[in-house]
Amino acid sequence: MYEFIQHVINGLAAGTIYALVALGYTMVYGVLKLINFAHGDVMMLGVYVGYAVAFLLGREHLGTISGALLVFAVSLTACAAFGFFIERFAYRPLRDKPRLTSLITAIGISFALSYGFQLDLAVSVGGHSITLLPGAASRRFPAIITPTEWAVLGDNDVIIWNWQVISFVIALTLMGGLQYLVFRTRFGKAMRAVSHDHRVAGLLGIPVDTIIAGTFMLGSALAAGAGILYAIKDKSIQPLMGVMVGLKAFVAAVIGGIGNLPGAVVGALLLGLCEEFIVGYTASSWRDAVAFGFLIVVLLVRPEGLFGRAQAEKV
Amino acid sequence: MKSFAPVAIAIVVLASLQVLTSGSQYFVYLSLLVGVNVVLAVSLNVINGMTGQFSIGHAGFMAVGAFSSALMSQTLNEYRLGFLPEAVEHQLFFVISLVVGGVLAGGFGFLVGLPSLRLRGDYLAIVTLGFGEIILVVVRNTPTLGGALGLSGTPQHTSFFMVWFTVFIVVLFARRLLASPHGRNLVAIREDEVAAEAMGVDTTSYKVRSFVVSSFFAGVAGGLFSHFQSIITPGDSFSFVKSMEIVVMIVAGGLGSTTGAVVAAVVLTLLPEAMRALFITIGGDNASLAQSIDQLRKPIFGVLLVVMMLTRPQGLFGTHEIWDLLKRKKGAAS
Repeated sequence: MYEFIQHVINGLAAGTIYALVALGYTMVYGVLKLINFAHGDVMMLGVYVGYAVAFLLGREHLGTISGALLVFAVSLTACAAFGFFIERFAYRPLRDKPRLTSLITAIGISFALSYGFQLDLAVSVGGHSITLLPGAASRRFPAIITPTEWAVLGDNDVIIWNWQVISFVIALTLMGGLQYLVFRTRFGKAMRAVSHDHRVAGLLGIPVDTIIAGTFMLGSALAAGAGILYAIKDKSIQPLMGVMVGLKAFVAAVIGGIGNLPGAVVGALLLGLCEEFIVGYTASSWRDAVAFGFLIVVLLVRPEGLFGRAQAEKV
Repeated sequence: MKSFAPVAIAIVVLASLQVLTSGSQYFVYLSLLVGVNVVLAVSLNVINGMTGQFSIGHAGFMAVGAFSSALMSQTLNEYRLGFLPEAVEHQLFFVISLVVGGVLAGGFGFLVGLPSLRLRGDYLAIVTLGFGEIILVVVRNTPTLGGALGLSGTPQHTSFFMVWFTVFIVVLFARRLLASPHGRNLVAIREDEVAAEAMGVDTTSYKVRSFVVSSFFAGVAGGLFSHFQSIITPGDSFSFVKSMEIVVMIVAGGLGSTTGAVVAAVVLTLLPEAMRALFITIGGDNASLAQSIDQLRKPIFGVLLVVMMLTRPQGLFGTHEIWDLLKRKKGAAS
């Protein structure tokens, strides 16, 4: 019984991180109808920025609330800026081209980022060696949130860590906040209009470019936040970490019905639980097959996802 | 009789090339790598270029072909056919294994193609990607296929002739396909699926067919690959990265152009090798430099994709073919 509870908790914790990445995915897809393959790699970028900030802060600020907030803030800002950059220079020129073109571009960006970060590149400025690209070796992410046991059930049978609670609360809050943003604010209204038809939205005076850039920045910032939570959980980081997490988050978004915010969170939690149970009760080597198997089944049975609405094709 | 002439010429030319090049091992090895990539690129072009679907799991089909044909070959190797000379027997077994690998990969292509009944564009892309990952996980967990350590001890049957004859067959096939009613239906689906359906094209059936054909050739390419590698592992040579390499090749060559796929596959396979050779001649036998070339290859592929899409989305050749040029010349002369 305790084992089961522990699996549920671990599954939910893994699921919340997928959920944060999936929220970004689903928002960008909702507005642009583009699978932003580079999303997972933006997350990886955010993790490395956070790593650099934590490293510069030094040991004495680790584990303090202000230190953790600073790490999050810098990493979120950097990723939002990067999201703006790739939207402006890679996706915007292709917006009216066939969708395949942007998909290939997204894959190209993902490739360039994840494998570019595997190169070793350091320059020395005034005697200090500054690492520009970290290299392929995995690094240990500093503990910016000191892991403590939040609750213990039985005789150390079930342990709930504080970071698990923190990420769960963050994911739920963000889901609520985004839902509010999309359905209750002017920006959200404009987002929905752009999602519906960006040409007509433009004709009606909605600044389409700004809305899309804003969505991209928001999504990328979310990815960075998720990435740091992931790094706190996993403790080791490496340049390819974003690829698998990104793909699974995408799977989660599709399971929930892509473009649907609560759907993304539910799909991600389901996926996290499924993976945890498969790994816990069979073998860990099957982990990566679960997500894709799940995806194929969902797409065959209910291609619009659990919460999505089937759309008739317009001619 | 006319249609058999190119085959006969190809056999003679390739056989003489095989004899001529047998001295240089490095050249033969490179030509095998290039040939396998050409087969992969041309076959992927049938799905991505001609039919306009988007598969990014081609390496998965290659893996199916590689592992099944290697296993088949190892099993067959225990038998003897007394009435045939040994060399002929080996080649016969090799061809059987290749066909088995191809057919099995084609079967998986059928399975993956079926969801395309309901899925379009990017969803299908994700399904093919998922399929590629699942295949690798299954191989890793199957002891008969060598598990995570890989399958070794496959007889080394692949020769220059076999690889390039397959290249010849697949290019000929792609060319004739495009000129046939089947090919025109595929192109119609690429241009506008709804319109094609309205004109009476059975879009589902043709999409699935293009998947089956394409994955058959990917399986054969996998079989060729596994018969000149001393060991095949469920790792980098069949992963998502490999699938993407093939996609880069056909995108760079021009989606829909067989000529483009061939040229891009040759250039992009040889380029890293040439750069490595160049750096070794410049910097002496510098192992770290040669290694960093290998590392640089992947980010450069990524940047290449982005730049290609932004500046020349139709690729090097667009949808043009080299034989169109010849035809036009002939038409002008007469």
